[in-house]
Amino acid sequence: MKFSLSWLKRYLDTEATVDEVAATLNAIGIEVEGVEDPAARLAGFRIARVLTAARHPDADKLQVLAVDTGEGKPLQVVCGAPNAREGLVGVLGLPGAVVPANGMVLKKSAIRGVESNGMMCSTRELELGEDHDGIIELSKDAPVGMPFAQYHGASPIIEVAITPNRPDCMGLFGIARDLAAAGLGTLKPLAVEPVEGAFPCPVEIRTDDPEGCPAFYGRVIRGVKDGPSPQWLQDQLLSAGQRPISALVDITNYLMLGHGRPAHAYDLARLNGPVVARRAREGETVVALNEKTYTLDGEMTVIADDTGVHDIAGIMGGEHSGCSEETTDVLLEIAYFDPVRIAKTGRKLNLTSDARSRFERGIDPQFLDTGLDYLTALIQMICGGEASHVVRAGAPPATPKIVHFAPSLTERLGGVAVPADEQQRILEALGFSVVAGQAGFGEAWAVTVPGWRPDIDGAADIVEEVVRIHGLDKVASVPLPRADGVARPTATPMQKLERRVRRAAAVRGMHEAVTWSFIPEAEASVFAEGNGGLWILANPISEDMKAMRPSLLPGLLSAVRRNFDRGASGLRLFELGRRYLRGEAGMSDERLTLGFVLAGEKTPRGWATGKPATFDAFDAKGEVLALLAEAGAPVERLQVMGAAGPQYHPGQSATLRLGPKNVLARFGMLHPKVARQFDIDGPVALAEIHLDAIPARKGAAAFARAHYAPPALQAVKRDYAFLVPVETPSGDLVRAVQGADKANIVLARLFDDFRGAGVPEGQKSLALEVTLQPVDKSYREEDLKAITDKVTAAAAKFGAVLRG
Amino acid sequence: MDYAATAKEALSRIAEATDLDTLEALRVEFLGKQGSISGLLKTLGRMSPEERKLEGPRIHGLRESVTEALTERKDALEAAALEARLASETIDLTLPAPEQPVGSVHPVSQVMDELAEIFADMGFAVATGPEIEDDWHNFTALNMPETHPARAMHDTFYFPDHNEAGREMLLRTHTSPVQIRTMLASVKENPGGAPLRIIAPGRVYRSDSDATHTPMFHQIEALVIDRDIHLGHLKWTLETFLKAFFEREDIVLRLRPSYFPFTEPSVEVDVGYTLVDGKRVVGGSQGWMEVLGSGMVNRRVIEFGGLDPDEWQGFAFGVGVDRLAMLKYGMDDLRAFFDGDVRWLSHYGFSALDVPTLSGGVGTPA
Repeated sequence: MKFSLSWLKRYLDTEATVDEVAATLNAIGIEVEGVEDPAARLAGFRIARVLTAARHPDADKLQVLAVDTGEGKPLQVVCGAPNAREGLVGVLGLPGAVVPANGMVLKKSAIRGVESNGMMCSTRELELGEDHDGIIELSKDAPVGMPFAQYHGASPIIEVAITPNRPDCMGLFGIARDLAAAGLGTLKPLAVEPVEGAFPCPVEIRTDDPEGCPAFYGRVIRGVKDGPSPQWLQDQLLSAGQRPISALVDITNYLMLGHGRPAHAYDLARLNGPVVARRAREGETVVALNEKTYTLDGEMTVIADDTGVHDIAGIMGGEHSGCSEETTDVLLEIAYFDPVRIAKTGRKLNLTSDARSRFERGIDPQFLDTGLDYLTALIQMICGGEASHVVRAGAPPATPKIVHFAPSLTERLGGVAVPADEQQRILEALGFSVVAGQAGFGEAWAVTVPGWRPDIDGAADIVEEVVRIHGLDKVASVPLPRADGVARPTATPMQKLERRVRRAAAVRGMHEAVTWSFIPEAEASVFAEGNGGLWILANPISEDMKAMRPSLLPGLLSAVRRNFDRGASGLRLFELGRRYLRGEAGMSDERLTLGFVLAGEKTPRGWATGKPATFDAFDAKGEVLALLAEAGAPVERLQVMGAAGPQYHPGQSATLRLGPKNVLARFGMLHPKVARQFDIDGPVALAEIHLDAIPARKGAAAFARAHYAPPALQAVKRDYAFLVPVETPSGDLVRAVQGADKANIVLARLFDDFRGAGVPEGQKSLALEVTLQPVDKSYREEDLKAITDKVTAAAAKFGAVLRG
Repeated sequence: MDYAATAKEALSRIAEATDLDTLEALRVEFLGKQGSISGLLKTLGRMSPEERKLEGPRIHGLRESVTEALTERKDALEAAALEARLASETIDLTLPAPEQPVGSVHPVSQVMDELAEIFADMGFAVATGPEIEDDWHNFTALNMPETHPARAMHDTFYFPDHNEAGREMLLRTHTSPVQIRTMLASVKENPGGAPLRIIAPGRVYRSDSDATHTPMFHQIEALVIDRDIHLGHLKWTLETFLKAFFEREDIVLRLRPSYFPFTEPSVEVDVGYTLVDGKRVVGGSQGWMEVLGSGMVNRRVIEFGGLDPDEWQGFAFGVGVDRLAMLKYGMDDLRAFFDGDVRWLSHYGFSALDVPTLSGGVGTPA
């Protein structure tokens, strides 16, 4: 909301400067978004009188003026305006001044060989109007030499943001009241004399929807003359950013901006029969003042006559019955509409207006008669006319709210001690009435809430009123009570896991990215899991941000493409965040996940290594296992199973599972079809780790490790080579060998996978290095033989034959 | 016998040997089983004691000097050989070493860790909640009924879905629903359900997009519920946290009354800044920047959380994590946070070893 300081001063008797006003507004909770001082734009322009005007020696249309600037010798100014003449008092821009209309900096110059020391200005050049036919002509007694800004009286404009709880401050009078309470001046009460009606109201006014429109007051003024508003009114509206239209419209806007009270004026000639507040009929239409047609339903309140709807109640008037220059008789409407209905209707119609924003926040139900009288008086003053009696259909909600408020609560909740009498003064200045010692209230005061403060609900609201006017800066800092000793750890196991895995991934050379939670639906579909389908936004900001990601990989792949487009050659990116699935009872199931992509060059070409190397599925496997180990997963018990899913290369991907069902990770190479969909060339290794699937460590954290002393005897290494069918997973063989003799075998490590010469067709040779750890005594030959027999037997279960 | 001549000749031949093989041949010639000096030693046995007394030391002296010369020469030749080998092994160490990939932690994660560290010291635990929320937790329980005008100000992303309770599903517009979830969970676990001190970090969503607003951003919510908590505690907590976060003692806060449906009284908080080379640096009070919204928890919210508002009161605040990161570490475009540009991540990201600690200061110097 915008207003000029001069408008404010119509309501507030104050000597305060604009800076003081702005500082106080901020301090009491009316946020100042900007202060604009038009005077600053007019710096360097002053009132001057033309002493003589003579023809320019070298130009027919130019004159050479001698101008009195109020000090020193007259200045010589060259001027092309036809109205420049001896005796004219106008506005002179001195060298250094900036012309508001075009930003030109004035300077001393020679025009066709004649020196000119400034410029006599037109209204358009100073952006004070459209006139450019000649220079400004001020009245003859305008004080020569006075800065023009001062003479013009352009008032600073203050722009404030009004929080939605303060409909009263959506009228400048309410802001003035707050400022007065804060000690910045004295509020000038609105003095409105009731305007007696001269004749019965010729129109029947009813409310058939007492729920949506509990009160509908109105009266007719006949014989008005509409036309442009007087200058003062136009100036006020312009300062508020409102374009003047015509006197009747401007007056209702003035009431709304000045007192937060929307009202409506109908052209009586365009109404037929009774004017009624009622529910709209299903499908009924109205062309509103914004020239758009709205289709209404039975939940909406309207003002209508026999022919149709003339007003979407409390939101916007109809075009048909609006006032125009031909209007001679007007029907004034001042009503109280139910805020909830206004909000619903506005939302449904997607129609915002100044009236709606006030009604839905709640206007003062006690300001109907006064508002109507004020409106009548203003119209009669500006447009003339004769007023009818007032018709009052229905009645506004009248019961005033009374809040129990113990003044001690201010300190208990607000943390600042404010003397009781000061609290009372503040509340009364804001329009509350305070009664202490009322029966049944104990120590609490009975605080009656003024009608313009629908936001005040309970004692805490009263504390806020007191504290904000008293000054939040007077609230002293008080330390929170602190538990004895060193702060206790607070992170949950999941949070610790998350932090650890994140830093492990970064240590391993990957950059953490944070990508959007919502992605294009087509990309999400590729990675969708079963589980009831994707979460799709109803009102996405764009099609690219529509589906909640069911996987972290699409976002990372898009980042890969963007990086490649920018010339990156090798990428290691990871993200740690949620993927969004369907959960129970219609809620979501959001799972903490780490995804990574390894794309492009693993190592660039090098003097020692030659050509660049690219990533393969084992790079993904290595990272997955390392990260799972950091996450505390039982890596040694994980099984590599199956393909990872349709997004992956079917022959170069797998899952890592703990037991047959619990998938801890998927990894492998990206399916070339998916790569093409994401517009990525070349192989991409990628993986997703389901951090939520990692079993939590059981029991309380114990710090002592299991006992261990390095064995006295040296470990022994034995190599075994087996022939197995090509399709046998090597991991199965390793696992079998590892488990063949748990007392002796501490590690089985595969170091060769060979096919070809010397190995029969359909078979491969797998070589394992087995580490044996003797416990009490060194192995004898027969001990080793027995172990070898166990190893061979275990391997045989997979069709493996020990090579001779 | 003229041992001196023998010695002279032997020593000169040893000195002239240019490789280890020649030297070995000389050793065999002089000191081998059939060697000339070994032969002389053998003659000692046949001598008379007097003779031996005279010849013994001379022959032994001869042997010792030859042995010594052989050893010396061998050392010298070996040293020369090593030197020659090493000289041939010289490499150009200005060549680059193998490149190790260097990763990084995203500034949002880093700042979240910093905040968790600071708040843990003040006794705040970390709580979480869903990002796909229902309108009851996101609005209604936070004292924003369906028609509340503040709902419209939130630019909410909605889903067409309703949950089984018939509630409209949406993307949470703030981390505040975690307040409700935490209170309800706490009441379920222990009757009374308080006191509580939590922070709730996470992603939040609003339908808004420009250089300083993205449709997804990060917030951290703080909630304190206890018996005698008031605005003064809120002020202290904010000052203490911001001082610790920016590691400056000259943090000045300006509290302005404001309005949030879920707090009463509500307070908007500005932090003072100083202009350094035209850039805003937190600290001092040359100008003011809005940093967060806060207030005393509205009694209705406490009720919705299942607690008795006549017994419990407290404060809450919410602050933008991305914005804190920008203010502290100097990024100026929020959109870059979510682009995954490795050049940006390398520049603004953090080393994995930059783990925030109180003893080391939570921040990482540039």
